[in-house]
Amino acid sequence: MGSEAVEVSLSKKAQPGKARGVALAAYARVPGFYTLFRTELVLAARRRSDIVNPLLFFVTVLAMMPLGIGPEPEMLSRMAPGLIWVMALLATLLSQESLFRGDYEDGSLEQLALQPQPLYFPVLAKVLVHWLVTGVPLALLSPLLGMMLNLGAEGYWPLFVSLVLGTASLSLIGAVGAALTVALRRPGLLLALIIMPLYVPVLIFGTGTVQAALDGYSFGPQLAVLGAILAVAAALAPLASAGAIRISLEN
Amino acid sequence: MSWQWFHRLGSPRWFYQKSSAWLPWLGGAALSLLSVGVVWGLGFAPEDFKQGNSYRIIYIHVPAAFLALAGYYIMAISGAIGLIWKMKLSFVVMRAAAPIGAALTFIALFTGAVWGKPTWGTYWVWDARITSMLILFFLYLGVMALSGAFSREQSGDKASALLALVGTVNIPIIYKSVDWWFTLHQPATLKLTEASTIDPSMFYPLITMIAGFYLFYAWVLTLHTRTMILQREGRTQWVRELVGASAPAKA
Repeated sequence: MGSEAVEVSLSKKAQPGKARGVALAAYARVPGFYTLFRTELVLAARRRSDIVNPLLFFVTVLAMMPLGIGPEPEMLSRMAPGLIWVMALLATLLSQESLFRGDYEDGSLEQLALQPQPLYFPVLAKVLVHWLVTGVPLALLSPLLGMMLNLGAEGYWPLFVSLVLGTASLSLIGAVGAALTVALRRPGLLLALIIMPLYVPVLIFGTGTVQAALDGYSFGPQLAVLGAILAVAAALAPLASAGAIRISLEN
Repeated sequence: MSWQWFHRLGSPRWFYQKSSAWLPWLGGAALSLLSVGVVWGLGFAPEDFKQGNSYRIIYIHVPAAFLALAGYYIMAISGAIGLIWKMKLSFVVMRAAAPIGAALTFIALFTGAVWGKPTWGTYWVWDARITSMLILFFLYLGVMALSGAFSREQSGDKASALLALVGTVNIPIIYKSVDWWFTLHQPATLKLTEASTIDPSMFYPLITMIAGFYLFYAWVLTLHTRTMILQREGRTQWVRELVGASAPAKA
């Protein structure tokens, strides 16, 4: 429904050049994107543990931190942005392993790859759902954990916004790793090894956003860079994941 | 325009036979340049008035860091050639380049730490360049781990080539973000476009060492590639004839 409406509006706008209008309509329809997106969302909603476990991991490990490094409020508030960001990164990474696994094992990934359409949009749909069920809840939960770790109140909003933008990039980049390792039997540690270095820019600018706000500076530039990383990742990462899926299916 | 040379290049057998003739020249040139550079740099170049003799480690450190970065691109480009033109040989080169590059990155990090102790007073600093070299080291390790994880060799080739390519896109971003993050390392001394800030009496031995390292890299890469070709093509007739095995040899 939604995608058809987009198609109509796009083809109306592009009236002057008819050929271009047709091409735009073909892109706007994006075969199967909406269907797959809805299916994935329903599946995620029915497998509650997939949504809850990363959040529980996030909260549990962060609760361990004061036990490990001591409960002094000043130290905790200094470390809070970094701790929360690193834990969000780990939670995303660990939940990513199963991104393509189920579809690979029951053969539907192969069916998707056999369709006469690029794999770009199915991958994008899956990543979008992954972000909606892990990244966004993590971001929503982060101010609470910030409070527990004595983070300054001026850091809550930047923390939330940077996590919303950043976890989307993390999901996209991690999808490449998940696609590369989907054919392996126990990819957990390998996935972390190959994806962690690629997460570095997101981590730096994510914590940079919060730190800038805490130090009383404007955090707009850092958010802009996070947005730019997200734009590049959204354009390129599904392409790389699609290639990786085809390689994994050959295995 | 004849593309025959290009297709011939894809044949491991052709490469093995041709490179037998190159090896003594490459090795001889590399070793003679390196010995000239080492004696010149360590024995005859003037002492630095600020850092004393400890600066001489740049004659190892700088060329190793050069090659560590260039080696990543060599690995990624040969991986890309393999993915695009499905050349067997380029995957072999890619796999051979990974451990060499990782070793060079380690040498650059290690010599940097050794130099850092007398100069900065500490072995390790979380400075932009050191950190990005460390991440480069992790990227190398990731490519090596992924290429070894597949039971089917071709899948390992393609998957690690794709990962190397994704890393290539990321290296400038990682470098820039880490640079923004924190900087203590001195700015680049050698510049192509401007006059460099190093005295000619120190500069010429350094250039000799860099050229020597490049040749040495080419030599080691060729040697390693040849060994891997023999391992991979162990079942073919020409390898068996070459190693003089009459019975089906098992490695």
